[in-house]
Amino acid sequence: MDARDTPDEAEFRARLRAWFVANLPEGWRETGFVVPEGPESVAFLKDWSRKLHEEGFVGVTWPKEYGGLEAPLTHHLIFLEEMGRAEAPEHVDTIGLGMAGPTILAWGTDEQKARHLRPILSGEEVWCQGFSEPNAGSDLAAISTRAELRDGIYEITGQKVWSSFAHFADFCILLARTDPAAPRHAGLTYFIVPMRSEGVEVRPLRQITGEAEFNEIFLDRVGVPAENVIGTPGEGWNVAITTLMHERANLAVMLTVRLEVALARLLDLAKRTRRGDRRAADDPLFRDRITQLWIDVQALRFTNYRALSAILSTGVPGPEGSIVKIVYSEANQRLTKLALEIEGPYAMLSGGEHAIRDGAWQRLQLRSRGNTIEGGTSEILRGIIAERILQLPRSR
Amino acid sequence: MNFAETDDQKALRAQARGFLDARWPIERTAALADGEGFARDAWPEIAQLGWTGISIREEDGGSGLGFEEEAVLAEELGRALFPGPWLSSVVLALPALGCAPDLAKEVLTGAAIATLAWAGPSGDYAVDHLPTGIGRGKDTSHLYGSTWFVADLALAELVVVVGEGPGGLGLWAVRTDDEHLSRNELPTVDTTRRLGSLFLEGASGRLLAEGDEALALAGRIRDRALAALAAEAVGVAARALEMAVAHAQTREQFGKPVGAFQAVSQQLADAYIETEAARSLVNWAAAEIAHGGPDASRAAAAAKANAAEAAVRTCERALQTHGGIGFTWDHPLHRFYKRAEWIQAFMGWPARLRERVAADLLDEPGR
Repeated sequence: MDARDTPDEAEFRARLRAWFVANLPEGWRETGFVVPEGPESVAFLKDWSRKLHEEGFVGVTWPKEYGGLEAPLTHHLIFLEEMGRAEAPEHVDTIGLGMAGPTILAWGTDEQKARHLRPILSGEEVWCQGFSEPNAGSDLAAISTRAELRDGIYEITGQKVWSSFAHFADFCILLARTDPAAPRHAGLTYFIVPMRSEGVEVRPLRQITGEAEFNEIFLDRVGVPAENVIGTPGEGWNVAITTLMHERANLAVMLTVRLEVALARLLDLAKRTRRGDRRAADDPLFRDRITQLWIDVQALRFTNYRALSAILSTGVPGPEGSIVKIVYSEANQRLTKLALEIEGPYAMLSGGEHAIRDGAWQRLQLRSRGNTIEGGTSEILRGIIAERILQLPRSR
Repeated sequence: MNFAETDDQKALRAQARGFLDARWPIERTAALADGEGFARDAWPEIAQLGWTGISIREEDGGSGLGFEEEAVLAEELGRALFPGPWLSSVVLALPALGCAPDLAKEVLTGAAIATLAWAGPSGDYAVDHLPTGIGRGKDTSHLYGSTWFVADLALAELVVVVGEGPGGLGLWAVRTDDEHLSRNELPTVDTTRRLGSLFLEGASGRLLAEGDEALALAGRIRDRALAALAAEAVGVAARALEMAVAHAQTREQFGKPVGAFQAVSQQLADAYIETEAARSLVNWAAAEIAHGGPDASRAAAAAKANAAEAAVRTCERALQTHGGIGFTWDHPLHRFYKRAEWIQAFMGWPARLRERVAADLLDEPGR
């Protein structure tokens, strides 16, 4: 068990650290995860992503022929850690890098790999995900979006929901039902849908924070060529499982890094906030809870290291990785609530000159309620742990 | 970075699990716990396995492994609820006895059982206001005072005493057959690991370290102890969870195994989550200690605080899962629960340990 960098890893880390110092543009520190809203911010993030790719920082584990470096997974981890430490904005294409790309690598045709992988890395083309539907959330196999094959073209009709980035994405990984007569899991097919196709309509979904981070996608007889199927028709469920496994594995490190950044800001808040003649950081009740969060973050960090090391030595992730998303999401909820408690009455302010950090903690706290729902609810994830890891009998 | 268990560590874990399953089934431990406690004559077998010198260099008579392996063994011993004085002799006492090779050898060979006497009635493992110390004046090798909560004291032939001397903090070795020493058994809830109080009225102390050297040594002992206790807690938690899962898979109510009910299974998933999170902290602390990393102290404190709470809660969830049967004396579960609570209370409750970490995180240097 050795968490220290090898000389090669240390060199990569040093290069990243120096590069972020030299290249992080003014005004973009303290951003971290950003959902771009206006065209300017999209343009900036695409440009930033291109630079990250040119430096060889993203997709480092991908094959060289598709723009990767075939470097070990630890380099990916180091990139994410250093990005978090620098508080630099993330690559614009979260879905492409973490979900669509790995799925195409695992199941795609040579043509699909050649067409799509490189523009994901460079940030030229951005992806979104069309899995969830109004009546298919946790029960994903219940989707009802239909795809019918006519003369080599699939015609897709239905509605998708909770699609981040759909408002400026170029492509969508989309799950649709191609055989309504087949058993639920057997009649599904996995598509690459160009978002500029006729019949695609994207409507922003205003969420609890007042912002519109997600979208609804309406598809009305959208024509998609048969060569856009990933895997074989009817095999969509297995392809989707690949996507979801990558989602959780990729997200694990990213989420932990985001939580580390949030924790650093919480420490800062506690040290700066004065209550009477002492700092909030001197209040024993706050001290205990802040420290517990710090411990939770360390536990996540080293759980990721364990999971990653298992992949390095055996090729498959160990079961311990399955705890990360649950621990992260609940820790982030506690963290943001604690920030509000430290703010005291200022927690009621949404912005303006008296609000702390322009009300950022208030938005983050509200946003955190989504963490235990998105990407698999905590209840679904606990069910997976109970049934797959602990081997308890199935509940349904 | 490679944070996976090494082949050495896997082999040690397998060896320990095999031996403890065969030689220390819970029935044997339960019988001792309800009787006279661990039998002195069962100790040489442990020494023969090399477990009394697990992280001592081979040229010094040890097994030549490191602290990470010591933590693996601690976890397995916790999992088995081993009732012998391994924590006391090997984790708590041996690092200081390294200053006196002849005494260390007694522990390594199993000839002597040793323990550590440090805290007073407050139970604090601090480096000031210590309850014991050296006699004043010309009497410089005789120790006076009383220490409390000394683990496995009744079994020990040697005690490492942390106290105050003319050169500041000091560590001494005393023999329990010294006529100026007496000890009292403190009745414990967990009878698999008993406690005593030690009274020194001029007992001969052999100086092991003093001053800055003693301070550094005491810090190392505390870090190692906290990490080993945390590892042991993970073992206790893992075993309690295993028992709960086995029960939930087989016990039927309303026509199906109770583990099929989500109110039961999700609690056990939570136990798994907490146990694995604690294990990650233990691995971190053990690696920091083994490699002399800068985070050793706070990692050890964090690991012990978290793992103790995880073990207590996991045992509680296991108790709830078992229903009435887990509440009986005959069922072994209560013994694991009591060990978890022992670990939680020994060398600092979780909130006390978190406060030590908090000082590191939140206080300005020099405050």
